[in-house]
Amino acid sequence: MYRIGSGAGFSGDRIDAPQSVVAAIAAAGEGGAVIFETLGERTLALGQIAKRDDPRRGFEPLLTDILEPILAQCISAGIVIVGNFGQANPPAAARAIAALAERLGLGTLRIAIVTGDDLVGKVDLRQTERWDGDGRLPDLDGDVIAVNAYLGARAIADAVKAGAQVVVTGRVADPALALGPLVAHFNWSWNDLDRIAAGTLVGHLLECGAQVSGGFFADPGFKDVPGTADIGFPIAEVEADGSFVITKAEGTGGLVDLRTVKEQLLYEIHDPAAYLTPDVTLDITGVALDQVGPDRVRVTGARGHEAPRQLKATVSFYGDWLGEAEISYAGPNALARARLAITTISERVRRRDLPVRHRADIIGCVSAFDSDHGDLLDDFGDTADGDYRVRFAFGGKSQREVERAVQEVNALYCCGPAGGGGVRQSVRPRVRTLSHMVPRDLVDMGFHFAGGEP
Amino acid sequence: MTAPLRTVTLHQIAHGRSGDKGNRLNVNVIAYEPRHWPLLLAEVTAERVAALFAHRGVTRVTRYELPLLAALNFVIEDALEGGVNSSLGVDTHGKCLSYLVLGMEIPVPIEPGEALQAASVLQTAR
Repeated sequence: MYRIGSGAGFSGDRIDAPQSVVAAIAAAGEGGAVIFETLGERTLALGQIAKRDDPRRGFEPLLTDILEPILAQCISAGIVIVGNFGQANPPAAARAIAALAERLGLGTLRIAIVTGDDLVGKVDLRQTERWDGDGRLPDLDGDVIAVNAYLGARAIADAVKAGAQVVVTGRVADPALALGPLVAHFNWSWNDLDRIAAGTLVGHLLECGAQVSGGFFADPGFKDVPGTADIGFPIAEVEADGSFVITKAEGTGGLVDLRTVKEQLLYEIHDPAAYLTPDVTLDITGVALDQVGPDRVRVTGARGHEAPRQLKATVSFYGDWLGEAEISYAGPNALARARLAITTISERVRRRDLPVRHRADIIGCVSAFDSDHGDLLDDFGDTADGDYRVRFAFGGKSQREVERAVQEVNALYCCGPAGGGGVRQSVRPRVRTLSHMVPRDLVDMGFHFAGGEP
Repeated sequence: MTAPLRTVTLHQIAHGRSGDKGNRLNVNVIAYEPRHWPLLLAEVTAERVAALFAHRGVTRVTRYELPLLAALNFVIEDALEGGVNSSLGVDTHGKCLSYLVLGMEIPVPIEPGEALQAASVLQTAR
């Protein structure tokens, strides 16, 4: 059996979460792995910008905070750390980990750096197809910040087999973080597609951290979760045949049951018979779940088919600014005053001929479900007492024009409806992304051990 | 004989989660109890889900059925008004949107001895 746990499900996850995971795997005394998924479509682009500004940056900003409490225990217990926390700059992340190890008195670690995801200068995007999931999003022009292919697990597996104690990656398919160490441990063949599928499914269930163990799940009175302030991150206990149990450390909050596993099993899945990854096409239609103990769900039945011929790549562009501003209206006739604020701002944007897209929501009335046109808000009654917050959003190519639009919301203080208060405003640059499908032969995936670099 | 019906929100009998990739949203809907699986199949159709998202300019909804899990998976194209990196909305990921689906009202048969309980469920729902 091989134990593999999750230490993070996104960039910004709870930084104390890996500690109970590592402690539980270490206590079992058989080594294992802990994986960190901290790289989204948005965070990768932010990393690319940070690296442009400063070549020492561009990796997970909290990396040292996350690893410091667990690094010594991982090394002493033989728990391999695998993370895409290298973001846009894996060599710099490796240097930060080496420096941390030095400071903790752990000496020189074997830190592997996975390479090959960065395709800038290697691919002519005009020769590639767009990924169909972006649907009607317009083609983007403007400066390309980065092109990163989703790599598979082979370089990770090779690095672990070569004795890596830490594997630092940039863009890899999230499940590859788990599949790599599993292939290395069990020596699964890449042609054994059902085993590769099972390892991919382990990764899929672990990749969002607490989302399989009671996080993003509680719905009081319907789905109650104990200990929401201390949810234990998941641990998979994997057998050589690819079957596995999802569990979590004893004494932690959260829960692992059929409901939590089902929600995560289908999370961000499209066709359940064909979940496309660089290593395998995963078919979960035959997956069976069994509750085999408290906080223990056994997962069997993953099937694998040939991997897709092309790899998905995220293309990041400069070119947009997002401005947001909010103002509150409360008490008698608050909804009518909130609505008047919206029509006033629309008219102001039109009169000043500001080249921005804009939208308004009334938080507390209808916002998250509505459209840019406010269709649901239109259907709402005109007048109501209450406590509402109007939120305006402006998007545009020009920072200055977006700032001007935001300023109009601030002007509601003196010029808007009665009793508007609590204006907050922000303007920030936005990276836009599209996905393209790229040929595999453009991607030269590999790894090397850190050291000897400038 | 047709059993009398009562109306509940889908939220009373099913749970689910939404996820995003690009401008594509997926929402899974999972029956708490296997006995409600046929009801999900019959009532929670791609057409009804598409209607919930019509104001978002959705272009296509595909429903996948997972009988072993008593679950449906909906893939909803162009639901995200640009997605995480370009939407102007409050929730650019669409993480709240599973609850738009779970708010759907569906008729369920009233089972023997369930009338009182049904009334209380309806009250709770309001």
